[in-house]
Amino acid sequence: MPGISMTVNGKPVSGEVEGRTLLVQFLREDLGLTGTHVGCDTSQCGACTVLVNGESVKACTMLAATADGAQVRTIEGEAKGGAMSVVQAAFQEHHGLQCGFCTPGMVMSITDLLRVNAEPSEAQVREWLKGNICRCTGYHNIVKAALAAAAELRAQPVAAE
Amino acid sequence: MTKITGIGASSKRREDKRFLTGKGRYVDDMNRPGQAHVHFLRSDMAHGRIVSLDVSAAEAAPGVIKVFTAKDFEGVGGIPCGWLITDRHGQPMKEPKHPILAEGKVRHVGDPIVAVVAETRAQAKDAAELVELELEELPAAIDMRAAVAGGPQVHDEAPDNLCYDWDFPAESKDAVDEAIRNAHHVTVLELRNNRLVANPMEPRAALGEYDDADDMHTLWTTSQNPHVIRLLMGAFVLGLPEHKLRVVAPDVGGGFGSKIYHYAEEAFVTFAAKVVNRPVKWTSDRAEAFMSDAHGRDHVCKVELAMDAEGHFLALRSTTLANMGAYLSTFAPCIPTWLHGTLLAGNYKTPLIFTNVRAVFTNTVPVDAYRGAGRPEATYLIERVVDKAAREIGMDPAELRRRNFITQFPYQTPVAVEYDSGDYNATLDKVLQVADRAGFEARRAESAARGKLRGFGLAHYIEACGIAPSSLVGALGARAGLYEAATVRVNPTGSVSVFTGSHSHGQGHETTFAQVVADRLGIEEGAVDIVHGDTSKVPFGMGTYGSRSLAVGGSAIVKSVDKIVAKAKKIAAHLLEASEADIAFEDGKFSVSGTDRSVAWAEVCLAAYVPHNYPLDAIEPGLEETSFYDPANFTYPSGAYVCEVEVDPDTGKVQVMSFAAADDFGNVVNPMIVEGQVHGGLAQGIGQALMEGCVYDESGQLLTASYMDYAMPLARDLPSFTVDNSACTPCTHNPLGVKGCGEAGAIGSPPALVNAVLDALSPYGIAHLDMPLTPSKVWEAIDAARPAAAAE
Repeated sequence: MPGISMTVNGKPVSGEVEGRTLLVQFLREDLGLTGTHVGCDTSQCGACTVLVNGESVKACTMLAATADGAQVRTIEGEAKGGAMSVVQAAFQEHHGLQCGFCTPGMVMSITDLLRVNAEPSEAQVREWLKGNICRCTGYHNIVKAALAAAAELRAQPVAAE
Repeated sequence: MTKITGIGASSKRREDKRFLTGKGRYVDDMNRPGQAHVHFLRSDMAHGRIVSLDVSAAEAAPGVIKVFTAKDFEGVGGIPCGWLITDRHGQPMKEPKHPILAEGKVRHVGDPIVAVVAETRAQAKDAAELVELELEELPAAIDMRAAVAGGPQVHDEAPDNLCYDWDFPAESKDAVDEAIRNAHHVTVLELRNNRLVANPMEPRAALGEYDDADDMHTLWTTSQNPHVIRLLMGAFVLGLPEHKLRVVAPDVGGGFGSKIYHYAEEAFVTFAAKVVNRPVKWTSDRAEAFMSDAHGRDHVCKVELAMDAEGHFLALRSTTLANMGAYLSTFAPCIPTWLHGTLLAGNYKTPLIFTNVRAVFTNTVPVDAYRGAGRPEATYLIERVVDKAAREIGMDPAELRRRNFITQFPYQTPVAVEYDSGDYNATLDKVLQVADRAGFEARRAESAARGKLRGFGLAHYIEACGIAPSSLVGALGARAGLYEAATVRVNPTGSVSVFTGSHSHGQGHETTFAQVVADRLGIEEGAVDIVHGDTSKVPFGMGTYGSRSLAVGGSAIVKSVDKIVAKAKKIAAHLLEASEADIAFEDGKFSVSGTDRSVAWAEVCLAAYVPHNYPLDAIEPGLEETSFYDPANFTYPSGAYVCEVEVDPDTGKVQVMSFAAADDFGNVVNPMIVEGQVHGGLAQGIGQALMEGCVYDESGQLLTASYMDYAMPLARDLPSFTVDNSACTPCTHNPLGVKGCGEAGAIGSPPALVNAVLDALSPYGIAHLDMPLTPSKVWEAIDAARPAAAAE
């Protein structure tokens, strides 16, 4: 089995995987990062969305071996020092989640949206979320949370990354 | 003033942090030491006879621990059904065995035949490919009309595939027939309530473990009601007593009804864990979910509404074919009967009602409750025929509804239930206001200028929730009571742990229930903890479905809190050396009326556990109470919904432009959560009306078994919603005055949307279209109607 190594949430990790092992399986089963969820098997639902080298990726569409050497961010890495990220906090404030299952993917996807578009319209948020399915919220409050997070981030002083 | 804590406050959800930071704990997140994995080999044929089955190659495959077939389950019961329907001839429904693994025949695509337990999931899957299985394909019963007219037999013991043939109310038949014969006008409508798949985002999962030292079985499962699973599986399938079987439903990622039922996979992992003496885990993939989770709806109906010359409803008659699928799921038989027939009065004082329901076995996945369960089917049927009637007699649909509204409460319907409260004119007024009915014609003209057809659709709904008085449902065939249980444990320092039989899988009970308890005790919400979902912790429970958690589960909690307060008053009276009758409890303080003497909540709690100065001759130490609450009646949420759509006549595409809801949920504990429940229900109802549909081909192949083929509503398919619940009439028979809000959105929205589309299409004279209103269906209807419209 090939050995792979990557950086996940800032920490170097390595493991041995079968060629067919998906990135989401490696995260969940080998690293125990079970916040990334699997909700379908055809890459539609987006519950497994993570950031790979900064861009949102469905971790069920990528082989773990393909992510060898990559920088990966999962939902577990979003809160810093016990404080939730702006996007996470906006989800709580605006009741953008119910059962919580699609939520990690939603948060990661919207985090990426706000990276590429700091001031999205409601229509742009709805269009961006075409790869993330939620069955609980009707998206109403997810959209609200995304727009509120965008406004909050725009109001923040620019932080040195 | 907006409340910031307790009942009526939009408290932020305490469960959110764990879900938002990846710390939710769902069944598939759990792994037990020594765990093995199971993969089910399922039928790819709708109906077939097992000619031969050889598992020896699979047994020899790498990592395989054991391969199970039906032979391993000799002496084990089938999956039971929880509700008995007695048909119009007084005979019990047909109830064929539903085996854990197929016995001799397969009856739907997805029917499990072989279970391979292996070291890893991949090894189990690989080994399943080595099973040598020969199936002889048999003709399949798929279409319900054909199935009851001499179609292929799904079960030998159910001739014409009839599970039951049910009349309700049987004694009304002749009077209804006569009223319809003699009426001034009768509106007739044939319609179909499309088959749906619930699709909670978390696929089902089950993990069984056996501890031979204590002879203890544990099942972690994605369930809405762990105690019900323990009861059904323990008593009817595996023969395990309650004290040797623990069922845990931890964080569960949505249910919408599909996680109520006891499923074969749960019994399998529990059984197999003892056989192989290893924990055994199963996680469904999505394709497997489509072919093994119980489906919803799937009714074929004819309805007739009789009116006098002024548009007063005289009688309603309906006939329904209801799909049961291949086997009876846990609640399946009661959905088209007691949860559907009893709602056929809707919001109207129709004096005479009669329905006939025939439940049909087909070679499809079992069908059971899905968000609303019977009530969406009843509401759709009523609200479509009322709208069609308004069009036929040339009356405004809102006016026709008003003319027939029930306005006096309590109201005894002709279909058994008695509505306790409501104000249907108030919700109608409210929805027409928030939807800006007055501005619609201008919007219609604006759409027309862009070449679009705009439509305005209205629907009302009533639902019977908070299921239900046990004596009533027992008389109607339920094989269980439908109360709820709760223990309230006050800890020595005054914090409170609540153990509820309700289960939260997205509803936010940990927050809402804490608000209720904190409010009643006058303490901080943060001092209250809610425990649910584990039969080893919670005394008992009937679980969460039918919008019952707050109305029934919350009432059980309130009962326990009331007992706590009564006992605490005795302790306070002792500490204050006053008469118990003089003790008042307010804002977390016990005081002697008319004096400034008082003792704080925490002091009383401590005295209960450190009873040095305590009335030990009169009461016991400790402060913990358990209650079982059995409701006196159903609750009856109601509301009015308005949908506005734009139809593109060139493509048939329907765009939902706005959706407004005015609901009467009785008192509301957490408005933020209630509105969220409505949003989600609306999305599912809009999904049903516009996009979703579970499709089988003639041979019984499931054509919609993935998200590539089954259209789930996406963010871009939906508008933002306008939700109002200010037109509120409190429930009269539970202590919180609450009615339930979980299903309303999914019940009221399909007819509102379909009525809107048909309003938009009225220039073409299109009187009805069946859901889902896909672009091709709408375009074909427009195309077929064009010559007629052009000729006018």
